[in-house]
Amino acid sequence: MNATTILNRLRSRLNSWRSAEAKKEELAKVDDEYHYLSVRQLMWRKFRRHRVAVLCGCVLIFLYFVIIFAGFFATYDPYDAVGNDSFHPPTRLRFYDSDAGTFFLRPFFYETVQERNPETFLLEIKEDRSIRHFLQFFVRGDRYSVLGLFDANVHLVGAERARVYLLGADKRGRDLLSRIIYGGRISMTVGLLGVSIMVLLGTTLGTLSGYYGGAIDSVMQRIIEVFRTFPQLALWMALAAAIPPEWPPTYVYIGIVVVMGMITWTQLAREVRGKVMSLKTLDFVHAAEASGASTWRIAFKHLIPNTLSHIIVTASLYIPITIIGESMLSFLGIGVVPPMISWGLMLREATNIEVLARYPWMLFPGLAILVVVIAFNFLGDGLRDMADPFAR
Amino acid sequence: MISYVIRRTAIMVINLILISIISFIIIQLPPGDFLTSYMAARTHFGAGELPEDTVRALRANYGLDKPLYVQYWNWVKGFPRGDFGVTFVYTMGGPVVDIIEQRIGYTFLIVFSTLFISWGLAIPLGIFAASRKNTVGDYFFSGVSFLGISVPNFLLAVFALFVSVFLLKGNYTGGLISSNLRDAPWSWAKLVDLLQHLWIPIVILGFNSMAGTFRIMRGNLLDVLDEQYVETARAKGLKERKVVYRHAARIAINPLISRLGMHLPVLFQNSIVLAIILSLPTLGPSFYQALLGRDMYLAGTILLIFAVILLVGNFIADLLLAWSDPRIRYQ
Repeated sequence: MNATTILNRLRSRLNSWRSAEAKKEELAKVDDEYHYLSVRQLMWRKFRRHRVAVLCGCVLIFLYFVIIFAGFFATYDPYDAVGNDSFHPPTRLRFYDSDAGTFFLRPFFYETVQERNPETFLLEIKEDRSIRHFLQFFVRGDRYSVLGLFDANVHLVGAERARVYLLGADKRGRDLLSRIIYGGRISMTVGLLGVSIMVLLGTTLGTLSGYYGGAIDSVMQRIIEVFRTFPQLALWMALAAAIPPEWPPTYVYIGIVVVMGMITWTQLAREVRGKVMSLKTLDFVHAAEASGASTWRIAFKHLIPNTLSHIIVTASLYIPITIIGESMLSFLGIGVVPPMISWGLMLREATNIEVLARYPWMLFPGLAILVVVIAFNFLGDGLRDMADPFAR
Repeated sequence: MISYVIRRTAIMVINLILISIISFIIIQLPPGDFLTSYMAARTHFGAGELPEDTVRALRANYGLDKPLYVQYWNWVKGFPRGDFGVTFVYTMGGPVVDIIEQRIGYTFLIVFSTLFISWGLAIPLGIFAASRKNTVGDYFFSGVSFLGISVPNFLLAVFALFVSVFLLKGNYTGGLISSNLRDAPWSWAKLVDLLQHLWIPIVILGFNSMAGTFRIMRGNLLDVLDEQYVETARAKGLKERKVVYRHAARIAINPLISRLGMHLPVLFQNSIVLAIILSLPTLGPSFYQALLGRDMYLAGTILLIFAVILLVGNFIADLLLAWSDPRIRYQ
């Protein structure tokens, strides 16, 4: 054994010791950060650690971005019906033309023609392999309005001389993808608006009830109890059915949102009440009272900010529930009414067994509901972790 | 304890009276009554309009022309005699009780078989996952359960219909009993037929309920396994199996009892939409039809039945909890 090998061994041992030491230091640093980071920073760190929740949050931000600029992302006008393309299957995009034996970098699709099947006498849509259409980006097409400010006609994808149905078409030959994107405007906002009503009602009534106590509290508790003994879903159905379908669609939509918010607020009110009741005995509230702060100031400056984490967690729990509720009611035909587009309403067309068997792409709106609901559930999971930043 | 039961029952009765009033008002809220929607349907199908005085006579006959509180009283006063008013959508002027009697049995059958099967599977699976935390099996079941609580029931029903079209080659088109056996007396063949249909709603309804129960069981058991007495049991040298099943799982099941009370009404409600999609002969579809047809006595009665189930479910859960956990005392 010569000197170099010994030296090498020593060096490697030293290195491993050093790296172990570095690891220890890093751990200590993490522990330290725990002591000097602000609560907000700790919460953010806790949320970031839930990778799936972060991913789902990004997905949701993207989806809301898509529905805001629905006109651009949609291929066509969602009301534009092409009778000849009734139940057009999703357009198959290709890169390789087997007839010509050529490969293209730009995806293309074949022209489709409607034919009557000689055996079943059903109209079928067949590819005509002699005509190729290329998929184009930023094409000019149907006019749409951007945020109600100005008109535009540029769409993300499309084709100039033929119609491309990326997710197929419905019975009246309307593009399903465009309808799903526009339908998101209803289905994805119902959750946010319904929960806003819930938060408004639940926080106000919960804080009032918890802060004042006494008669106000007991009346409020009785009301909440009666609300909670109602079977929620059956009540939703009864209230939604009570909205006259002859109303203008916007009113019906607002009606549905209000119905959603009106029923779900009780849970939040209870939680806020409990939290406020425990908070109001604490010194900082007494100090605020002693220094002559008004009740409003105490409520909005001291009590509500401290219940915020509860409010956010409950809200995140109820957004998917509200989205499901709206699509279910629309699905049953007692929710939003056409010409409004909602995922539940679109899915309604797919309940026929014949339609399901022959045109399975009519289920895509269901997939959209699923994606959004799962994303919100994971996000809520991350937010629940975040609300408790001191738990390890 | 007895005074507690009496007080709770009294509150329950008061709540039920309030609920019956509110639900009656909600169902009567939209303008028009059953006859207006009936007339609209008639003109829609081109059956021609009824003469004016016939409509008036029908209205007077069923008391639809009376003020709201009189109609409410007419409905409520029959309750002690088991009379829940008349229905219009199914049989013009027939008793509501007939429809309830036909359908309530199947409703309970579906809900309770779902309850037993899903809880019977969820609890052992929860114990399995918690005692093998962070293994492949745990990840698998936890992942599936997350999916289970996320997927809405009605979507699952639509997907099930879709799958049945391809897997069962269209043999299953909803319902609980094949049409050729529907009016036949109960026999072995009919029972087999019922079981062949029954499993689909049970799987759909159960997936959701199983996922939730599994998550609670797993979470509870994980909490309990951290407790010192479990450590003590291990230190005594007990087999791990005994520690988990004898010592930990017993305590971890306790919170599930209060879930039972909240969960039962949820199952009943979820079965409404499911039954509408799969056209099962339960209370759900008739509630829906009654709402659409402005059949207020039928809709009100079914809403009331669901409310009773909810109240009784919560009540029983509270009693069970007191019975199973000696630390809980009611004054």
